[in-house]
Amino acid sequence: MKTVKSAFKFKGGVHPDYNKELARAKAIEQMPVPAELVVSMSQHLGAPAKCVVKPGDYVVKGQLLGEKNGFISVPVHAPASGLVKAVEPRQGPAGGKAPAVVLDTTAPAPEGVDASPRTLPPLDWKTATREELLARVNDAGICGMGGAGFPTCVKLNPPPGKRCEYLILNGAECEPYLCADHHLMLERADRVRVGVEIMRKVLGECAVRIAIEANKPDAIAAMEKAFADVAGNVEIVVLPVLYPQGSEKHQIFATVGRVVPEPPALPIDVGCVVENVGTVAAIANAVERGEILLSRVTTVSGDAVAEPKNVEAPLGTKYADLLAFCGGAKEHPAKVISGGTMMGFAVPHLEIATTKTTSGLLFLSPRRVFQYSSQACVNCGRCVRACPMNLNAAEIAKAVEADDVQDAERLHVMTCIECGACSFSCPAYRPITQFCRRAKNSIRARIAAEKAAAAKAAAAK
Amino acid sequence: MSAILLAVLCVAGIGLVAAVALAAADKYLSVKEDPRIGMITAALPGANCGGCGFAGCDGYARALVAGTAPNGACAAGGDACAAEIAKILGVEAAATEKRVALVKCCGTRSEAIRVGDYNGICDCNVAAATAGGDKGCAYGCLGYGACANVCPKHAISVVDGLAKVDKRLCIGCGKCVKACPKHIIELVPAAATIHVLCANPDKGPAVRKVCGVGCMGCHLCERNSGGKEANHFAFQGFLAKINYENPPTDEQIVAKCPAKCMSVDPHFETGH
Repeated sequence: MKTVKSAFKFKGGVHPDYNKELARAKAIEQMPVPAELVVSMSQHLGAPAKCVVKPGDYVVKGQLLGEKNGFISVPVHAPASGLVKAVEPRQGPAGGKAPAVVLDTTAPAPEGVDASPRTLPPLDWKTATREELLARVNDAGICGMGGAGFPTCVKLNPPPGKRCEYLILNGAECEPYLCADHHLMLERADRVRVGVEIMRKVLGECAVRIAIEANKPDAIAAMEKAFADVAGNVEIVVLPVLYPQGSEKHQIFATVGRVVPEPPALPIDVGCVVENVGTVAAIANAVERGEILLSRVTTVSGDAVAEPKNVEAPLGTKYADLLAFCGGAKEHPAKVISGGTMMGFAVPHLEIATTKTTSGLLFLSPRRVFQYSSQACVNCGRCVRACPMNLNAAEIAKAVEADDVQDAERLHVMTCIECGACSFSCPAYRPITQFCRRAKNSIRARIAAEKAAAAKAAAAK
Repeated sequence: MSAILLAVLCVAGIGLVAAVALAAADKYLSVKEDPRIGMITAALPGANCGGCGFAGCDGYARALVAGTAPNGACAAGGDACAAEIAKILGVEAAATEKRVALVKCCGTRSEAIRVGDYNGICDCNVAAATAGGDKGCAYGCLGYGACANVCPKHAISVVDGLAKVDKRLCIGCGKCVKACPKHIIELVPAAATIHVLCANPDKGPAVRKVCGVGCMGCHLCERNSGGKEANHFAFQGFLAKINYENPPTDEQIVAKCPAKCMSVDPHFETGH
C-alpha cells in the first residue's frame, strides 16, 4: 500500500467556494426516527420498485416495501416500524412524482405481530460464494450513494467478456459544503476496508485506487491506517482540489489515466468500476452484519442553519424534520438545495423526503443567493475553458436556444455530465447547463420514441 | 450581314432541336401524378400547420390519395374542406366539428401561489423539469409559453402568467396540446361556451392551499344543471369535467360556482 499524487490532471474545471468548514468538524450524529416517513419507490436509477404494501398494513423495520422491478432496479425496505398511512405519488428532490409509502412510525404494533426488526443472516465473506455476495448486495437494496443511484449489484456484475482491472473508491467529495463522505472515511474506515475486500472477491482480483482530494488530509491518514496491511496492488491517490474531481469519468482519468469513451460506453469498458465510499461501507454492513440499507449520512449545512451537522437519518425523513434536528433555521433561507450547490436541485418546499442518494441538504441565506438575469453570449470562451468534457458549451447553448437540437447533438451534447462548470464561469449568467440538459432530454425522448416505433414495426411484422 | 444571319440561324436551330427534345421527353419520360393530389392541395387551407400529422398540406393530400390518411384530419379546414375532399375522392364525408384549444387553468399570478423564483430558460418544458415548475399547483399552467411558441397561427398569448387562446385564430391543429408539459390543453368544440378552467383532481383543501380558483369537486355545477341524470358533467377525482358530447347551456351555473373556476367562453377574444 502506498500513497501517491495523481499523475493526470484533466482539462478545465472550476474552483467554487468550498464552505466545508461549516460541517467539517461535526461527527456523524444518529437522528431519531421522526413521526412520519415518506419512503419513495424511486430512490435509485432505473425502474421504480413495485410497491407490495397497502394502506392500513403494519410494517416492521427492514420489511420489504417495494420489490425489484426489472434488471436496473433495487428493492426498497421500511426504514422503521410503523403503519402505512398512504401509498401515493409524492414529489421527489428532482421534481418528478413517484409512488411513495407514507409511514406513521408512532403507531403501536398490533397484537400478535413480531415487532423485532428484520435483518438478513450475516455472511462470512471469506467463505461465501460470489453469487451469494451479489445476491446479498441486491437484497439489501444497495445502490450508488454518490448521487446517481446506479444499482450496485449491476455494477459489480460486469457483462461477459469485460473484466474489472481497477476498483476505484470515490472519496473526492468535490461538491461544496458536503462532508458526509469525509466523515464516513474518518469514522468508519474499517467498514470501508471490509467493503473493499468483499468487492475484490466479487469482481475478481483487481487493483484498488482510493481517490481523495488533497483538502482532506485526516481522511487520507485514516485510509492509510485502515489499509496498511492489505495485500495486493492498493494505492491511495491524492487528487488536486478541483471541481468536478468526484465525477466518475474524471476520477478514472485522475487515478489510472484512462478515458471513458462517449456514451453509451461505461467505465467497465475501460476496465474500471467506481464506487462511492458510502456504498462500500453499506456493502460491508450488508454482508458482515446482515444490515439492510435503511439510513444514510447526509450533510445538513448552509449559513441559514442553526447547527450544521452530518446526520445519519432514516431514509424517507422529510427535510422539515432534518432541519428541526439541526436546530431549525437561523433566518428564512432564500434557497434550499438537495445535494451540493453545483449539481443539487433547488427544492420548493420541505415536505420532500431523503432518499438513498441524498448526500446533502443546504439552506442558504439571501446573502449567498444571487438573483440574475441572463444576457446574450459575449463569446469570451470561459465556459469552453471550464468544461471538463472538452465541449464547446457556448455553441451548444446557442444551438439549443435557437431550437436546433440536431446541431447540439453534432456538438456532442450527450457527453455532457451536467457538472455546472460552464454556468458557474459564465460572465453573462447564461444557464448553459440547463440548455445542455434540455437538449439531452429531448434527444433521449427522440431515441426512446424511435425505439418504441421500431419495436411496434417489428411487432406488426 | 451574313455573319449576323448565320448566328441567328444557328441559335434558332439549337432552339428548335432543344424544343423537339423537350417535347419528346415530356411525352415519353413524364412522371405520372394523380391529378387529384393537386386538386386536394388546392382544396386544403394551405396553412401548412402540420396539425394533421403530415408534412404540410401537400403531404396530407398525397396521403389522402394513397389511402393512408383519414379524411377529416384537417382541423383547420373543417367540414367544408372535408366535404370538398370527399367530392374529389368520391367518398362520403364524415361530419366533423370545429374544435379549438382550451387551456384548463385560470390560476393567474394573483390567484395561484408560486413556490419559487424560477430564473432559468423561458420554456414550460424546461421549467417543468426543474422541480416540477415554480407553481404551487402541480397541474397548473406555468405560463412560459411552450404552447404559444409552437402555435402556427400565433393564436396563443400569455397574459398574467396564463396562456390564453384566441378562438378566432385557433385552427384546432392540436400542436399546443402536444407541447404542454402539464397536459392541460384540450381541443373542445368551438360551439361550447361553458368551460371548467381547472385540471387539479386533488381534494378541495389541497387545491385551496395552492390556488384561489381551483375546482374542489363540490358537484354544485352538476346539481344546478339538472343533476347526475342530465349528464352534463363527469368527475375525475375531485375535478369537474364538462361532457362536451352534451355540454351544459345554462350560464347561471357559472356564476354559482363557489370556486370561481368556471367561465363562459374564456377564449381571449381581443386578438392581435
